[in-house]
Amino acid sequence: MNDLFADIEDRGLEYVGASRIEGPLVVVDKVRDVGYDETVEIIDPAGIPRMGRVLDVSERQAVVQVLEGTTGLATRTLRARFLGESFRLPVSRQMLGRVFDGLGRPADGGPPALSADRRDVNGMPINPFARRYPREFIQTGLSAIDGMNALVRGQKLPVFSGNGLPHDRVSAQIIRQARLLDEEVEFSIVFAAMGIKHDIAEFFIRNFRESGALSRAVMFFSLADAPSVERLLTPRVALTLAEHLAFDCGQHVLILLTDMTNYCESLREVGTARGEIPGRKGYPGYLYSDLASLYERAGRIENSPGSITQMAILTMPADDISHPVPDLTGYITEGQIVLDRDLFQRGIYPPIAGLPSLSRLMKDGVGKGFTREDHPILASQLFACYAYVKRVRGLADVIGEEELSQLDKQYLKFGEAFEGTFLNQGEYENRSIETTLEMGWDALSVLPREELHRVSDELLRKHYRSEPGTGAQDQACLTVQRL
Amino acid sequence: MNVTESAEPVATRISGPIITATGMSRAQMYEVVQVGELGLVGEVVRIIGDLATIQVYEDTTMLKPGARVLCTGAPLSVSLGPGLVGNIYDGIQRPLPGIEAKSGAWIRRGEKVEALDNTRRWTFEPTAAKGDTVGPGQVIGQVAETPLVTHRIMVPPDVSGHVLSIVEKGDYTLLDPIAVIGTPEGEKEVTMLQRWPVRQPRPIRERLRIADPLITGQRIIDTFFPLGKGGAAAIPGGFGTGKTITQHQLAKWSDAEIIVFIGCGERGNEMTEVLREFPELEDPRSGRPLMERTILIANTSNMPVAAREVSIYTGITLAEYYRDMGLSVAVFADSTSRWAEALRELAARLEEMPAEEGFPASLPTRLAQFYERGGAVTTLAGERASVSIVGAVSPPGGDFSEPVTQHTRRFIRCFWALDTELANARHYPSIHWLRSYSEYAEDVKSWWEAGCPDWEELRTEALTLLQREERLQQIVKLVGPDVLPDSQRLILFIAEIFKDGFLAQSAFDENDMYCSPEKQVALLRLILTLYHRGRDMIQEGVPLAKVTGMDCVSEVLRAKAATSNKELHRVEELARRLGEEADELERQYMKGATCYE
Repeated sequence: MNDLFADIEDRGLEYVGASRIEGPLVVVDKVRDVGYDETVEIIDPAGIPRMGRVLDVSERQAVVQVLEGTTGLATRTLRARFLGESFRLPVSRQMLGRVFDGLGRPADGGPPALSADRRDVNGMPINPFARRYPREFIQTGLSAIDGMNALVRGQKLPVFSGNGLPHDRVSAQIIRQARLLDEEVEFSIVFAAMGIKHDIAEFFIRNFRESGALSRAVMFFSLADAPSVERLLTPRVALTLAEHLAFDCGQHVLILLTDMTNYCESLREVGTARGEIPGRKGYPGYLYSDLASLYERAGRIENSPGSITQMAILTMPADDISHPVPDLTGYITEGQIVLDRDLFQRGIYPPIAGLPSLSRLMKDGVGKGFTREDHPILASQLFACYAYVKRVRGLADVIGEEELSQLDKQYLKFGEAFEGTFLNQGEYENRSIETTLEMGWDALSVLPREELHRVSDELLRKHYRSEPGTGAQDQACLTVQRL
Repeated sequence: MNVTESAEPVATRISGPIITATGMSRAQMYEVVQVGELGLVGEVVRIIGDLATIQVYEDTTMLKPGARVLCTGAPLSVSLGPGLVGNIYDGIQRPLPGIEAKSGAWIRRGEKVEALDNTRRWTFEPTAAKGDTVGPGQVIGQVAETPLVTHRIMVPPDVSGHVLSIVEKGDYTLLDPIAVIGTPEGEKEVTMLQRWPVRQPRPIRERLRIADPLITGQRIIDTFFPLGKGGAAAIPGGFGTGKTITQHQLAKWSDAEIIVFIGCGERGNEMTEVLREFPELEDPRSGRPLMERTILIANTSNMPVAAREVSIYTGITLAEYYRDMGLSVAVFADSTSRWAEALRELAARLEEMPAEEGFPASLPTRLAQFYERGGAVTTLAGERASVSIVGAVSPPGGDFSEPVTQHTRRFIRCFWALDTELANARHYPSIHWLRSYSEYAEDVKSWWEAGCPDWEELRTEALTLLQREERLQQIVKLVGPDVLPDSQRLILFIAEIFKDGFLAQSAFDENDMYCSPEKQVALLRLILTLYHRGRDMIQEGVPLAKVTGMDCVSEVLRAKAATSNKELHRVEELARRLGEEADELERQYMKGATCYE
């Protein structure tokens, strides 16, 4: 197991015994020449090394966080070997198609990755001056995303979900269908699983295999039964490889991090064990900075053709979007796709909530020269009208549908058309952006022309259907049949 | 203790960005130190005996106890001189282009780059002569820094006396002496480069009352919730409510002469967007690229947290320096919540006793100190100048009752509350018209009334309408709109027009992104004319549907985008046609009424 670190094995000093073991932390006394964040091997009574890292070091002692759990360790017998460097991952293009554990060691029975290029998993911050602004529209084939919350290459767009919602199916569909409009480029996929169940990992593997993506996917698994602290390193390990593939090998990488809520819980566990002053809901005060150190490792840089597009999945505890994890995530990422339980229960797939979802980079990746001229205005008008539908529904709940004005009733009809045909689609239905836009106009044409304040007369002349339901819908059906 | 006191200063403990060092008995509070082989930059934040606590502005990975600590003897200071404008710095004033040239796309630790280019030659033009008596802050010459900014070279704030010699007009570097001043303490050489400690406000002569508005070209701000030049405003809003876009809009179109934009703990791509966009955008007044008056400070969320804490001070110090030249400066800080979180993170590492939600008890003091560095002032040289501050606040969960929003409210007088519901409907800027306020409206009234004598009446009437609409909506929510009389449903209708045709403003539409004060007044008057005529018509018995169905209505809605700032006559023309159409309708119904009699 420790072949991987064979070349540095002799470098570290070994200490016997610890003064304290508490939760995932081990305190080793009287250490010398140990650095902050240095990697440590804690050797348990059976002689098996467990990875750890230094969280706090003074002349008297070092606080070590044991990533693989402290079960079975004893203060008198444990041995600690300090490896003289921070945690590193050997990176190479050959890692595509392989499965690794949460710390980057082979988990598929294959040999460890051979590479002299060993990277610090903490990475370095990208100089904002060296970033290239992401602009290329990615067609995901999902109308709710392409039409209203478009994803661009190099964006970080998380999925906010809840327990039992189909976030796995939605993200698998996105990975399966994602492509650029005018370039034949296949995405390399880096998949980091933190604390998810085996069958969900299985689901993703099956999906990658079916879509033929397995050979260009790398997987890092720190599943639910792995020691929770290990998860703190898993996304860093995965991002380090993604950075290598994107910025050294020039590939376009799609990285999927699931589930970030589990990651944050591990962070809280360690914080509590260290006796830190907790912030909101017991999460450490540095949760924002810590999450930023992961999410900001996405994007494009000058002088490199590659890109990292990041999708993090997180489950909102009790569907609460103001919970610290989704809240802080939303402040860092460039938008969010929010799944809605109400839509899900009404059988609408993908249940992507119309209003709280947002893509901040959409404005620069759609419209004339990118997708189609009418795209931004259409999206804006759909949002405005759908927001009004929500108000009308609120009103209808109080006074009854019968009492609504004629116009409001039409809005209700629009709401149904929007949810039933525009949002709703099959798990294997891959809509082109043209189809999505035409379906958007179909839905808007349920409303009287005067209601579409945001659309210019010219665009209305071009796209508003005087007889709703003609034109594009047939085309859409055709597309579906063809697929 | 005595043994270690004579020893070299060395680190004894490392815990993230906080390290402890011994042998520091001679250190000063907030003195800058360099740690370890890489020379990581840090700042002394606590001294106990000969133990000092240091916050390090860079990642401390693999730093070991025993690392050497080098004291520099000076507090954290910024370099001030020509070359600041158009540049982009990190939180401790290291130029990001310079770092890129040295270490590539990634920011390596311990990288040291001069803030200003000491080799570049600037054309200095003296404005003082030999023998002149000069005081602190007095201008002795100038440099054309960019086509938009004339950089005035000032006597440092601690120097006064007679000019013994001053150089001729010519090209000099920042380090060349340009003047010698005879002071009571002896002769002092003056260069174009000054240093100033960031945590100390630069001196002024006196504070002034705020009288001019900072025109931002954003209708809801200028017309309803104006910010005065020298004032302080906060933009609080949950994520996705458009804080950053609003800040960008303000930074683009504000009529300040210098813009300092501090990206404090925010997204890297947003700073890239500013960098890419500002050089291409034209200043609506001068037609020059906006970058020629902008200074950017970028300490993104993944850059070290201690540098984030100091980035706010770096930015405001640069702003004060340009203010001292007699300019109006606007500072945009996005976001002060990230700054407050940096304070919290550092306080927790220092094991300070937390107050509300873990923030240090000194949070209100720190916020007050920051916002009070803005203001309209008379400079040491006797000129009128100002620093206006706009701070974005990112309350967790969009809840305005949290400590940062609450304390910020105590030190600002203009509050632009962003609303999630408006943002969800993609109504931007999503500033809520009933929850926002500005205490500067009174101060800037006379400015507006110079161009539009009835400005206050128009503004009040429009705000009152929006308030009445909110109350009517409460009723509608209970019983539906049909029970309301036409006169009240007209208010609902006009309020919708206000929202779509006036309050909502596109950041991307060419005609709409910047709305001149004249156009703001014209649009406001146009919509109120529609209201007045509508009210009269309904009194005359014209049904509401006829009023709302007038041909002009859709034109009124689109006037903001259909007319440019230079074609105001078209708005007047539209108002005239609206009048004619209303006259015609009234005539029909008057006739109808007489027939039935």
